[in-house]
Amino acid sequence: MSTSLRNSILSLAATGFLVGGIALALFWAPEDADQGFSQKIFYIHVPIALTAYACFGFGAWKALRLLWTRDSRYDLESYTAIHMGVIFGLLTLATGSIWAKISWGHWWTWGERQLVLFLILFLFYSSYFMLRYSTEPGPRRQRNSAVYALFGVVLIPVSFLAVRIAGTILHPTIFTHEGANLPGEMLLAFCICLAGMLALAATLYRVELAGKRIDSSLRELRELLA
Amino acid sequence: MIRARKLSKRFGDKRVLDGLELEVPKGGFVLVTGPNGSGKTTLLRLCAGLAAPTSGELDVDAPRGAIGFLAHEPLVYRELTALENLDLYGRLYRIRERRERCGAMLERFGLWRSRNERAGTFSRGMLQRLAICRAFLHDPDLLLLDEPFDGLDAEGAKMLYLKLAERGSTVLVATHDPGSLASRATARFALA
Amino acid sequence: MSGYAADVTALARKDLLLELRSRDTLPAMLLFVVSALTVFHFALPSDSSARAETGLLWIAIVFTALLGLTRAFAPEREDGLLDGLVLAPCDRSAIWVGKTIGVTAFLVLAELVALPAFALFFHPVSWELVVAVGLADIGIAAIGTLLAAIAAASRARELLLPLLFLPLAIPVVIGGVGASVAANPGSFLGFLGLYDAVFAILSWASFEYVVTE
Repeated sequence: MSTSLRNSILSLAATGFLVGGIALALFWAPEDADQGFSQKIFYIHVPIALTAYACFGFGAWKALRLLWTRDSRYDLESYTAIHMGVIFGLLTLATGSIWAKISWGHWWTWGERQLVLFLILFLFYSSYFMLRYSTEPGPRRQRNSAVYALFGVVLIPVSFLAVRIAGTILHPTIFTHEGANLPGEMLLAFCICLAGMLALAATLYRVELAGKRIDSSLRELRELLA
Repeated sequence: MIRARKLSKRFGDKRVLDGLELEVPKGGFVLVTGPNGSGKTTLLRLCAGLAAPTSGELDVDAPRGAIGFLAHEPLVYRELTALENLDLYGRLYRIRERRERCGAMLERFGLWRSRNERAGTFSRGMLQRLAICRAFLHDPDLLLLDEPFDGLDAEGAKMLYLKLAERGSTVLVATHDPGSLASRATARFALA
Repeated sequence: MSGYAADVTALARKDLLLELRSRDTLPAMLLFVVSALTVFHFALPSDSSARAETGLLWIAIVFTALLGLTRAFAPEREDGLLDGLVLAPCDRSAIWVGKTIGVTAFLVLAELVALPAFALFFHPVSWELVVAVGLADIGIAAIGTLLAAIAAASRARELLLPLLFLPLAIPVVIGGVGASVAANPGSFLGFLGLYDAVFAILSWASFEYVVTE
C-alpha cells in the first residue's frame, strides 16, 4: 500500500470516527445527571488527553529505538511524535480549562488532577524543544533528545502519583471529573471519539513526518551541490 | 589496525571529512597532514571513538583500553598535581604497579621534580609533556597523536622522539608540519 | 575491590579533591542558601503560616541544588576533560555514579547549614523533614548529574539546565513539602524513595548515551 493511499485511508478513518463519535456524543448518548449538557465536552477532552499520552509514549518508544539501533531516522520520528503530543496536550489544557469554566466558573483550578498533570508535562516537553533548539544538530542532539524523551514518559506516571498524593494535603481535590462507570451508550460514543482522536493524531503525525523528511533531504541535496 | 572507507563527518551544515579512504596497518607509523581545518583532529577523534561518523565505515581494531590519545587539550585536571592526574588515569586504565609506572613516566619526561605541583601552574610545554605521559601511561597498542610536538621545547621534543622511536605499536600522527617524523613514517595521507 | 567500584571510588575521590582545592562551588552554595532564606523572610508577610515557610525552604533547596549542578561538570567542561574520562576503558555509567556521589555530598553539606539556619530564622524542623531532604538530595543529584551532561552539549547550557531540571523537580517538591507538613508523612517519604529509585536507574542507564556519540 503506498504512503499516500495509507494517509488517505487514515484521514478518512479519522474524519469518520470523529464526526460519528461527536454526533453520537451530542445526540445519542444520555445526558449526565449531575452536569447536564456541559459534560459532553468530556467526549473530546478525555480522548485528546489519552491521545497526548499515546503520542508521548510513541515518541519515547522511537527514542528507545534510536538509542538501541543508532538509526537516525528514529530521531525525526520521535521528535514528530512528541510534537504531536504537545499539540494534543495544549488542547487538553484548553478543553479542560473550558470544562472547568463551565462547571465551576474558574478557568483554572489546582484541584483538577488531569489539568495539573498536563501542566507539568507541558512544561517538561517545552523544555524538550528548548533542548533541541539550543543543541547543534548531530548525533549528540539526537541522543540527548532521546534520553530526555525517555525521562518524559517515566515522568508521566510519577507525576500522576505525585499529583494524586498532593491532593490529600496541598490542593484538596474537592471537585473531580473522575468518571464513574459509564453506561453502555456513553462508553460506545467515548470509544469512537477516542478512535477518531488517535486516527487524527496518526494522520497529522504522518503528514508532519513526511514534511520533515522532505526538508532534511532537501537540505542534504543543497549541501551536496554546494 | 585502522580501516576507513568512504568516511564522512559533518557538523551541522559543515562537511569536515568527505569520503575518506584510509588504512593504517598494524605496527605502521602513519602521518596525516593538511592545513588547519582540514579535518585532522576530527579524524583522530573518530578513530578514538569520541565522535561517530556521519556516514561510511571506520574499523578500529583496538579496545578502548589499548588506545592512547593525545589531543589539542592536555586533558589533565588543573587543580590536581601531576602525580594525582596520572594516578587517576592509572586507576581508570587499571595499570599494574601504578605508582612505579607513573613515577617512571614523569621521570622519563623530566617532570619528576614537579610531580607534586598543580597542573594549573605548569607552562605550556610542561602541560604537553604531562599530556604525553597521560597518553603513553598504559602502554597503548594504538597511539593517536594530534600535533604532538606542539608547545614542546627542544628537550621535550627529543624525549618524545626517543619515546616514539622505541615503540612497536601502531601510530597515527596528525600534524601540519611533519618535520623530523617524515623519515619514520611508513605512509602519509594528505587531507585537502 | 571490583573494577566498577574502584572506578567509581577513583572518580568520586577526584571530584571531592577538586572541590577541596578550588573551593568555589560549596561556599557559593552555602552563602546562596542563607541569602535565599533571608530574602524569604522579607518575602513572607508577618502572619504567614509555618507551612508556607516550610514550602519556601524547599524552594531554597531546589535552587541551591541548581546552583551546585551548574558547576557539576565545570572542571570537565573547562578543559575538555570529559573526553579523557570517556576514552578510558571504564564503564561510562561509573562517571555518573562518581559525580552523583559528589553532588549528593555537596547538597548534604549545604543543607547542614541550611536546616539550622531555617530553624533559626523560622521554626524548628521535624525529623521527617530531614529524612525527606536526604531522599530529595539523592533524587536531585541523580537526575541533575545526567541533565548537566545533556546541557553541557548545548549552546546555552546555563539557561538550559534549569529548564530541563525544574519540571522534573516538581514531584520532589511535592514529596518533600508533603512529608514536612502532612499528618501522614510516610506515603510522601515512600514516594520520594520511589522517585529516587526510578530516576536513578534511568539516569544510570542512559548516561552512557549522553556522553558518547
